Amino acid sequence: MSGPSDFQPSNPALQWIERRLPILGLMHSSFVVYPTPRNLNYWWTFGAILSFMLGMQILTGVILAMHYTPHADLAFKSVELLVRDVNYGWLLRNMHASGASMFFFAVYVHMLRGVYYGSYKEPREVLWILGVIIYLLMMATGFMGYVLPWGQMSFWGATVITNLFSAIPYVGESIVTLLWGGYSVGNPTLNRFFSLHYLLPFLIAGVVVLHVWALHVAGQNNPDGVEPKTEKDTVPFTPHATIKDGFGVACFLLLYAWFIFYMPNYLGDADNYIPANPGVTPPHIVPEWYYLPFYAILRSIPNKLAGVIGMFSAIIILCFLPWLDAAKTRSSKYRPLAKQFFWIFVVVCILLGYLGAQPPEGIYVYAGRVLTVCYFAYFLIVLPLLSRIEKPRPVPNSISEAILAKSGKAVASIAVALVAAGALFVGTLQDARAEEGGTKPPGNSWSFAGPFGKYDRGALQRGLKVYKEVCSNCHALSYIAFRNLGDPGGPGYSAAQVAAFASDYKIKDGPNDQGEMFERPGRAADYFPSPFPNEQAARAANGGAAPPDLSLITKARSYGRGFPMFIVDFFSQYQEQGPDYVAAVLQGFEDKVPEGVTIPEGSYYNKYFPGHAIKMPKPLSDGQVTYDDGSPATVAQYAKDVTTFLMWAAEPHMEARKRIGFQVFIFLIIFAGLMYFTKKKVWADSH
Amino acid sequence: MTTASSADHPTRRDFLFVATGAAAAVGGAAALWPFVSQMNPDASTIAAGAPIEVDLSPVAEGQDIKVFWRGKPIYISHRTKKQIDEARAVPVASLPDPQSDEARVKAGHDQWLVVIGICTHLGCIPIAHEGNYDGFFCPCHGSQYDSSGRIRQGPAPLNLAVPPYQFVSDTKIQIG
Ligand code: FES
Repeated sequence: MSGPSDFQPSNPALQWIERRLPILGLMHSSFVVYPTPRNLNYWWTFGAILSFMLGMQILTGVILAMHYTPHADLAFKSVELLVRDVNYGWLLRNMHASGASMFFFAVYVHMLRGVYYGSYKEPREVLWILGVIIYLLMMATGFMGYVLPWGQMSFWGATVITNLFSAIPYVGESIVTLLWGGYSVGNPTLNRFFSLHYLLPFLIAGVVVLHVWALHVAGQNNPDGVEPKTEKDTVPFTPHATIKDGFGVACFLLLYAWFIFYMPNYLGDADNYIPANPGVTPPHIVPEWYYLPFYAILRSIPNKLAGVIGMFSAIIILCFLPWLDAAKTRSSKYRPLAKQFFWIFVVVCILLGYLGAQPPEGIYVYAGRVLTVCYFAYFLIVLPLLSRIEKPRPVPNSISEAILAKSGKAVASIAVALVAAGALFVGTLQDARAEEGGTKPPGNSWSFAGPFGKYDRGALQRGLKVYKEVCSNCHALSYIAFRNLGDPGGPGYSAAQVAAFASDYKIKDGPNDQGEMFERPGRAADYFPSPFPNEQAARAANGGAAPPDLSLITKARSYGRGFPMFIVDFFSQYQEQGPDYVAAVLQGFEDKVPEGVTIPEGSYYNKYFPGHAIKMPKPLSDGQVTYDDGSPATVAQYAKDVTTFLMWAAEPHMEARKRIGFQVFIFLIIFAGLMYFTKKKVWADSH
Repeated sequence: MTTASSADHPTRRDFLFVATGAAAAVGGAAALWPFVSQMNPDASTIAAGAPIEVDLSPVAEGQDIKVFWRGKPIYISHRTKKQIDEARAVPVASLPDPQSDEARVKAGHDQWLVVIGICTHLGCIPIAHEGNYDGFFCPCHGSQYDSSGRIRQGPAPLNLAVPPYQFVSDTKIQIG
């Protein structure tokens, strides 16, 4: 576009380098004087947003890898410990995990923008195909990243996705064994996924360079789809595009920060807080939200091979888009029919995503089939047909003419559209985990809910007492060290109190110089000892059902909120499904089994437990634990206190998270405002 | 950077650019902090670095033991009379890192030498009871320490460091 650069640095040292490696000139011609169409709207800032997110993911990923252990026995724990013990570990993990979702959200907007404005058309076919390759690499990277925490969804997601390849005739099984490095998903699988998850982002970065290169050869498309003809049609990249992109990134950061600081688990699955268990599959295997439309396509085709082919073709078909849509007019702005079908296509994708999260039964299966047909019909029938029959509206002669023709109305509507699209996209993810015969737990007013929530210290201390006197007889709390009881944002004990509390416990240590294990009093650095030496012992002592570790129980349990509540939850920051559920189960025991429910021998009736038959006998009764602070010694109070304590155990840095989140939001709002006015100034002469 | 040529409100525009740039710089610097801070020892490492107690009763005269504290080997030597006398006979001023033996042990427990067993040259582990001074010899580049752990010969610049410790009883010390 811009030809060889005539950039000459004034500094002699830079001149010396420039003569030998003209990198400054390259930067100058690509990102400073590079002519960018002056009519670009905010949908064009998503390229910069994506570059930013790629950088963010690589940076946070490299750092997380410093604290992560890729071993089947240690991976889950290392993730928990990095969140609990590493300085700002919780922040880095949230940034990376939410970052993946934000990255995909941005890439979907970017792709749909390309489809709407015909950015894939001649001469930008290669640019588009490179983009599809980046998207494929992103999907592989995201999938393998999700495996690394080695929770239940990680493990079973890995099993299901790798098994897709077993559909290939003759060689399928061998390929799957090759992927696993074993006879099932296991430690070798985790190791290689870690290695590849680290590698692929750099491949993505490489293809991004090609993508940008191709972009700078063909030049950017624009909302009117007419090529720039004169100087008047373009503005220099810097400062115009840089400042506009910067403003776009700042706005995007607001959405990103909402997830990092206030809704870190909204996009995840509660099951992934349960360590991987090769013997038990979760009732609903649901991939991350960004794969859901393709997952729905896979499931709606009732044949293994055909389903897999359908799923992969749904992505590969994008490569052929430049030839499927042969219309001369690029932008859907001037194609009334194409515009309508585009929005229908968007709705189809969102609905497919919704179906992907539903259990594969009944009406959902049929709806999935209809929508799968619609998805492919858009590419194979609608677009080829439209390019023949549609009569586009006249396209302006030049960009400057197009700008003169319209008055600025875009900004507000785009902001609104962004928020709406964000909410909708995000809304599609929540798995509407079916109720499975449980009753919805009643809501509670938790002190830790909401953007300014804090733990109630009294409740934490009482809850600790309940745990110690009741729960700890059967349930471990293995990620909590005694020292944590004195951490800021926790029960608030002094160092001396912590030491005294710890010394009440007998800790197994050793071997000593004689090679023998011995017992000693606990120290602050020790972890809560487990009531049983291993899972088998726990199982044997409890009628076959091992009592789960409680360190993460309030995050590992959840229940479906259903449509439209999960969208409301996004705005209201409701994320206390876990505590509500735990508190309800503790109070849900009833002696009288309702009519029509049969409880097997050795189980008990619980109103809120899925399936109602729980192996745990009623743990709490009035007056069982003595409180020193005058709080009522009732089951309701016990349940609330111990749940608060367990919520803290699962999320010990919650107070810091919300406090820093508030500061970040204040900053980002001010910063975005400044960026907006700066952008307006810079562009003042150009509109 | 700025090529916009509007001249109507030059000062206001400049202020806006400066404010935006400053906000970006401050935000960027603040955002950098967690990325640096995470490199520090994490909470479990710090907790595991708490003081340890060592029972000295099994250590006979002329023997030494090695214990680990914060990942560092600590030599605890039960010195003989000869070793103590040798260490005290040297004129302090003649030493590369002048320090009296008395200053390196706890009064009343002169037979116990407690030093961090890390060579002050480049961090190798010196071998006890070797070298010309009845003390320690570092095999890496030949530094020699005497029976008080003081550098006597070789490239190491400083005496073996004495960790913080105290006697909790006659036969027990707490390191850290
Ligand atoms: S490290 Fe001991 S002499 Fe060099």
